[in-house]
This record gives sequence, structure tokens and C-alpha cells, in this order.
Amino acid sequence: MSLKKVSKEQPDKFEFSEENLSLAKKIVLNYPTGKKKSAVMALLYLAQKQNNNWIPLAAMKYIAKYLDISYINVYEVATFYSMYNLSPVGKYFIQICTTTPCMIRGAYKLVDVCKKNISEKENESPDKKNCSWTEVECLGACISAPMAQINEDYYEDLNVKQFESIIKDILKDIKPKPGSYRGRVNSEPEKNRQTLLENKNA
Amino acid sequence: MLEDKDRIFKNLYNDLGADIDSAKNRGDWSNTKEICSKGRDWIIEEVKKSELRGRGGAGFPTGLKWSFAPKKVGSKPHYLVINADESEPGTCKDRDILRFEPHKLIEGCLIASYAVNAHKCYIYLRGEYYNEGLKLQKAIDEAYKANLIGKNSSGTGWELDIYIHYGAGAYICGEETALLESIEGNKGQPRLKPPFPAIVGLYGCPTIINNVETIAVVPTILRKGSKWFASLGKPKNTGTKIFCISGNVNSPCNVEEEMGIKLKDLIEKHAGGVVGGWDNLQAVIPGGSSMPMLSKEISENITMDFDSLVENNSGLGTAGIIVINKDQDIIKCMARIARFYKHESCGQCTPCREGSGWMWRILERMAKGEASKDEVNMLSDVTKQIEGHTICAFGEGSAWPVQGLLRHFKKEIIERNNFDPLVKNNKNIPYLIDQHILEEDIKNVKS
Repeated sequence: MSLKKVSKEQPDKFEFSEENLSLAKKIVLNYPTGKKKSAVMALLYLAQKQNNNWIPLAAMKYIAKYLDISYINVYEVATFYSMYNLSPVGKYFIQICTTTPCMIRGAYKLVDVCKKNISEKENESPDKKNCSWTEVECLGACISAPMAQINEDYYEDLNVKQFESIIKDILKDIKPKPGSYRGRVNSEPEKNRQTLLENKNA
Repeated sequence: MLEDKDRIFKNLYNDLGADIDSAKNRGDWSNTKEICSKGRDWIIEEVKKSELRGRGGAGFPTGLKWSFAPKKVGSKPHYLVINADESEPGTCKDRDILRFEPHKLIEGCLIASYAVNAHKCYIYLRGEYYNEGLKLQKAIDEAYKANLIGKNSSGTGWELDIYIHYGAGAYICGEETALLESIEGNKGQPRLKPPFPAIVGLYGCPTIINNVETIAVVPTILRKGSKWFASLGKPKNTGTKIFCISGNVNSPCNVEEEMGIKLKDLIEKHAGGVVGGWDNLQAVIPGGSSMPMLSKEISENITMDFDSLVENNSGLGTAGIIVINKDQDIIKCMARIARFYKHESCGQCTPCREGSGWMWRILERMAKGEASKDEVNMLSDVTKQIEGHTICAFGEGSAWPVQGLLRHFKKEIIERNNFDPLVKNNKNIPYLIDQHILEEDIKNVKS
């Protein structure tokens, strides 16, 4: 269970945009009648996307009303799961995986790059810069370690130099290209692939 | 080495394209109707005969699991839930299936739903796999459009709807009952078992939960026959498996291989060997972070299957192999894994919530050489207090890696942490008294 900080500055009001309202209607239909509560996670995502990648308390109240469930129900879900940001984050939200498989391939060097170029502590200064960073647990791309997730995209097989240039691009508001930075194709071994050779370059 | 013709995931590296036409060229969806027309009992019997064991970590026989679902639908509908919440450190096999072989998964969903009488299937996908989710949704839309699923799926007359439900970064939601709680819109905290989900699952209805890889191999098994699948691998550990080899190897990769392949072959042939040569190997975690590590001596000859790893006090788990060479500080590596478990504990059971933090803090101090001599035994004691005292298997998952470290590297820990216990230095300070050591002292005096 991770500690989560709810932002002190909260907007008074939150409402879904029309586009999100129609999406929300569709999402609720994915679940059996009378089980609207199941849609709470998906709706929190919608709220997060609409509100610059973080969820204000007003949005939780709004979703509770929308789904006809209690506010605490939404609040406990929003605070339990780590992907819901309860305080503002940067426009580019950089998450560096530092769990053991990434750590032994140098993930903490990437953390140092962030410390030097963005902020000394994680989750700091999103208002001064257009990005913020945080350490996260395994992102499920262990064979491409070390790696980072920036908003939705995975940046894999990184080294310090490449990551520095990625951060520089971001600070200039240029979206860097996602994928492997050692030029390898998906999850095949870089050298000496032994399997499915007939398919290769087919 | 497994021959290419026996590999199930021909598009593991996306050489051929993941769209529906390329998938059909590879044989997917070719005779789904014919397979279903042979009946539920035949499907379950074939899966049983193939001796397929669940690929999500526990290795439970899949056919047996399916046969637990009530034979006839009563007042409650049945559900099929696919566990795609792949978060175990060292594991990234399901990601490739979702990206490159989504049609194998969707076809598997149809056959499994038919076999267990389910009209609705939820795929619980981890939230970080946003792009993979888009690709999967595209494949689901393609399948709907081609009438392969929907009102009359593939002409079988069976109605099936598939929905993706995104998780939001909680490792514990990979536990099946926590996953169900999460779909119901609650915190992901596991339920007590029994009742098992096959009887009381999602929304209180009978629910079968399977891993992505388990479901994705089923269509190929039924097409090529259970005999073919059972002829691969070892008895009771049959078939093929995607292995993820990460850590200190020259070319980390995913590869589909036969069950029971030698660990050394996997590392040397497929992953380009250990960085610095085989002699530079320190330890291997064979099945995702929750499985105890293996020493170099054991890694030399061990085969990768459920039973032989259990014999060596470890487990196959998800087959996410993490190779650690001698350039790494092994205590630090395990301290990081302990931190992972501390972060991901759902907080429901006290032994796990508190114990995972204790283990992490003790290991952090051990890595720095700040722990006292007696803490080595204390750490072992803590792991024993967590293991088996929690609702779900997370307790074991957090305790086993630490036990593995103590089993193989106790000497290193003791060498680095050579302080006398606090109580011996400050015997006159009452608030520093540690009951644990005092009891030992009394025992020593008596004897």
C-alpha cells in the first residue's frame, strides 16, 4: 500500500465534458445491469485525462453521484491504485521502473538524470516545468531494461546519454520517439536469434 | 531445442503482423466451429489430456479448473475472466501475446467461454499496458466485424461478448479474487477461499479465471491434438512455455521453448550468455521475483519445469528468469524486491502489511552493513511468521525471495553485518531490550 498525497489546492467544480459523458455511458453498458459500480475505475481514468492527468476530489464526488455510489467508495479506489494521480503532475509524466531487473541494468542512473535535469525529489515542480518524474514498481518490460514510461508510451533499452537527450527534448516540449533505443525489434534477442528464423524478414 | 514447427506463438517477435488476415494465415480461426461442435465435454477432456498447467504462476491443471464450473447454468450467469495483470518483476510474456498474437487469445476466449458456459468475458489488463490495450481492442473489433465473436460467434450459435477492464497499477490485482474485487469496483483486496471463484466469483456468479498464455495456447492444442502437446516437455510438465530472460545477460529476450529445457541452455543459447561469462554468475531467480533464487551450482543442471524447481526449493512461477551476475550486490537486489512487496501489499492482513516493511528495512540495513548478528535469524523468523499466515499467496511471494537469499547467501550477510546485538551493548537501558534475545540469553544461562 503506497502513501498518496492529496493535493491541497482543489478546484471547486468538476464535470465531464460532453465527449466523456457519452464515453462514460458506453462504459457503464459493459457491465451487467445493477453493477454500475464496476465502471468506477474507467471513469476515474476519464476524469484524470480530462483534468491534466490528475484527479481532484470534486471529480470523485461527481463520479460517485454519476454511478449512484458513496463518495468514500470512489475515494478508496482512487487512493488504493497507484496510477491515479491525486496531485498535479507534469504534462510529460515520467515514470522510471527501478525494480530489481531494471535496477541491475542501471535504472538508478536514469533516476540521477531526472534528479539533475528536472527536480531533486520526485513529484516536484510540475508548475515550473512541463514535466515531473517518479520512481515506480515493475512496468512489465523487464527484457527491455532499463526503461521508462512517459505518459502512455514505453521507452526501452535506454542508456544515460539517450535518456538525457529524451529529457532535453521533453523540456523543449518535443515528444521523443517511443520504443527501443538500441534499435532492436520487439522482444527478440539482439544477437544470434535462434528461433522462428523462417519468419524473419518474411 | 524445440523445432519451429512446434512453436505455438509464431508471431512472438511480430515478423508477420498481428492483424486478423495475418492471424488467419497462421491458422487462427480456421476451424473454430468444428472444434466447438465436438462439445464441451470433449474440449475439457482434451485439455485435461494435454496436461496443460496454468501459466500464471501456480501451475494448476487447466482442464481440472474448467471442470469445476457447474455443468448447467442455474439462475446465475457464468463468467470467464482473463488475467492480463502481468506485474511480476521479471515477467513480460503476456505483453507480447497481447501485442502480436491477440487473435490466439480471443479465439481461446471463445473456446473457453463455450466450454464453461460463459456469455461474457472480461480481460483484466494492467493499466500501464495502454498501447497494448489499444491493439487488443482493435483485434476484438476485427473479430466482432468478421462475426467471429458476438451474437453468433464463428457460426457456433454461441453468444459471446469480450470487454477489456483496465487495472490501475496494483500488483495484488493479479491474485484472482483481488482481480474480481477490482472488476466489481472495489479496492483490490483478496477474498477468503473457499468458496472458490468457480462457484462464487464475479458478482457472486460462477467464474473461471485464467492467465493470458494459458488461454492463448488452448486453440492450438485442440487443433493439433492433446497428444502432440503432451509429447512435448516432461510428464506432468507438458508443452511449451514463453520464457523471459532478463537481467545480466548479453541479449535479454522472450523465447518460446519446451518445458523442461535446461536453464543453462536458455541463458547461453537464447540470451547470449551471462555478462562476463558463466563463471561470473551469482544467482538466478527462475520464476519472477516471488520465487526463491537458485545458486550457481543448482543453475548449472536444473531443468525449467514446475516439479524439478519445486524439488530445489523454488518454483517455475511465471518463468520470468532474472539473471544476477557477480557485479551486483545480491543483498541490495533482494532489498529492492522486498521494497517492491512492501509497496504492493494490499494492507489487509497484518503479517504481510507489517512484515513486508520489516523485511525491507532489515535488508536495507544489511546491504549497508548496519545490521547486528542476531538479525539474520530474526529475519528468517519474520519470513516464517508471514508465510502461510495471510489470506492470499502474497505472503509467500514476499517471504520466499528473502528465504532464498538466506538459504544461499547467509555467509555473505554475516560477513558484512558483524555487530553485536544492541542489547548486549546496552544491557542497562530498558527500552532497548529485545525480548527475542533476552529469551535466548536466559536459555544459554540455564544450559
